[in-house]
Amino acid sequence: MNTLTRPLESLGRATVHAFAGVGYAAALLGESLYFAVFGWRIGQPLRLRAVLEQMRQIGVDALAIVTLLALTIGVMLGIQFIAALSEFGAQSQVVVAVAKSVTREFGALITAILVAGRSGSALAARIGSMSVSQEVDALATMGIEPVRYLAAPALIAMLVMLPVLTILADAVAILGAALYSSPALNVTPAAYISQTLSLLSAGDVWQGIAKSAVFAVLITLIGVSTGFSVAGGAEGVGRATTRAVVLSICWIIVVDMIFSFFLNR
Amino acid sequence: MTSASAPLIDVTKLEAWYGRRRILNGVDFAVNAGEIRVIMGGSGSGKSTLLRHLLGLHKPRSGTVRLLGVDIARASERELLAVRRQIGVSFQGGALLTSLSVGDNVALPLREHTNLDEATIRIMSRLKLEVVNLGGFQDLMPAQLSGGMVKRAALARAIAMDPKLLFFDEPSAGLDPVVSAELDELILRLRDALRMTIVVVTHELESAFKIADSITVLDQGDILMTGTVDAVRHCDNERIQDLLNRRPREIQVDADAYLKRLTEEAA
Ligand SMILES: Nc1ncnc2c1ncn2[C@@H]1O[C@H](COP(=O)(O)OP(=O)(O)OP(=O)(O)O)[C@@H](O)[C@H]1O
Ligand SMILES: [Mg+2]
Repeated sequence: MNTLTRPLESLGRATVHAFAGVGYAAALLGESLYFAVFGWRIGQPLRLRAVLEQMRQIGVDALAIVTLLALTIGVMLGIQFIAALSEFGAQSQVVVAVAKSVTREFGALITAILVAGRSGSALAARIGSMSVSQEVDALATMGIEPVRYLAAPALIAMLVMLPVLTILADAVAILGAALYSSPALNVTPAAYISQTLSLLSAGDVWQGIAKSAVFAVLITLIGVSTGFSVAGGAEGVGRATTRAVVLSICWIIVVDMIFSFFLNR
Repeated sequence: MTSASAPLIDVTKLEAWYGRRRILNGVDFAVNAGEIRVIMGGSGSGKSTLLRHLLGLHKPRSGTVRLLGVDIARASERELLAVRRQIGVSFQGGALLTSLSVGDNVALPLREHTNLDEATIRIMSRLKLEVVNLGGFQDLMPAQLSGGMVKRAALARAIAMDPKLLFFDEPSAGLDPVVSAELDELILRLRDALRMTIVVVTHELESAFKIADSITVLDQGDILMTGTVDAVRHCDNERIQDLLNRRPREIQVDADAYLKRLTEEAA
């Protein structure tokens, strides 16, 4: 009897936890947006300085690594598409294949995974260690809403910087593909790029940007909510950090798949 | 809204639970303006839990907590904020924001809640640091302070807004006797010079007797007594005398409960 009900019970408990987690994240999203828009009316203004600081940490500090990775992905896609398409003598399709897959898919995905690893974990670690050392409680008792002070600036900064980084990644990846594939295709890189521009529609780019905005919300909410719910000292902070990264990347990939399905039917 | 005689803190029938354990059993607690109240009690008696409810960090399962006349569980955001601007809290571990310098920590409430210009804020926060004998340390980061300095810096932040009501968790825990005596002096001075009402949670009998106007003794979630220092000293309640004389308590074993604890499966 027990052996039968135990797994069911733990499944049930896990489901309840998952729903509670989603509910908590949704509440956090609502509160953060509320403070961002109306906070100044109730004495809880969103500070521009805090947002700029977060934008620096999330965006500016990630420029180099995003550029490097996007360039690599571009070259990699060039290699794969030339190899695959030349089997069918369809080498001329390389440009369009690279252009669409980068803008619709890879630019946003790679950027989001990178930022989840860099900034999602940093958010969870920072807020987690602040909860453990009662700094979050101290903020609350000083009349500084922790969500307004810690979560809202990160959310706004992420919503601005992730799309910007995604556009950068798109451009650099296409440049990488151009540098690698133009000799094989017998065109100049400049011609490759102008051909890319003529093939791309605004919808392709928007698809990636829209996704990146959704990823921004996911990364922030998962990082912040795991941070706020840390219990159990330094070890708890470590666990929360790992959990934030793994959860964010899982959600990013699943949501990306769902988006792609509906947007490309 | 509050008349002069109404208590600044008024707690009635407060029950606190963690999960299925009841920590506070319907506690009544009132603190009047201008007094220093010490909350004493053994480890695990519920002192920190009571403090967290007083600060509005936990919502009571039942009962009410009124601070400055406002029922904080039912107050609107705006009312709660107004109350919180008038209270200062010094946490046991200090809880200074590690990403800000000591000076910025003290200036934080001023920056967030006032429209003062930067120069004024800087002067005011340095003044508060002078009050706690940390003048000149404003540029250090919290990680660079000693335990006693952290406590004093936390106190400086707590009084930055000149609160009416000051909460102090374990001021002397982990400090050498000289520093803890200095902190006691400081607490008395704050009450006398700035007319603050102060609630202190502590184990240290000596410091409790030195600073308290009145003492509340908590034991296993119940208030055993509230009274003046002398009344507590001469009280004939056995548990209180155990606490005062550092006697180990006699634990009575309830056979049924004991068996149940041993055999019970994980909840
Ligand atoms: N977060 C928590 N979750 C579950 N139980 C808790 C939690 N915090 C405290 N407790 C329980 O509540 C009871 C009272 O704890 P509290 O921290 O209020 O005691 P205390 O009087 O402050 O003790 P000390 O002097 O040791 O700090 C303890 O039995 C403790 O196990
Ligand atoms: Mg305690």
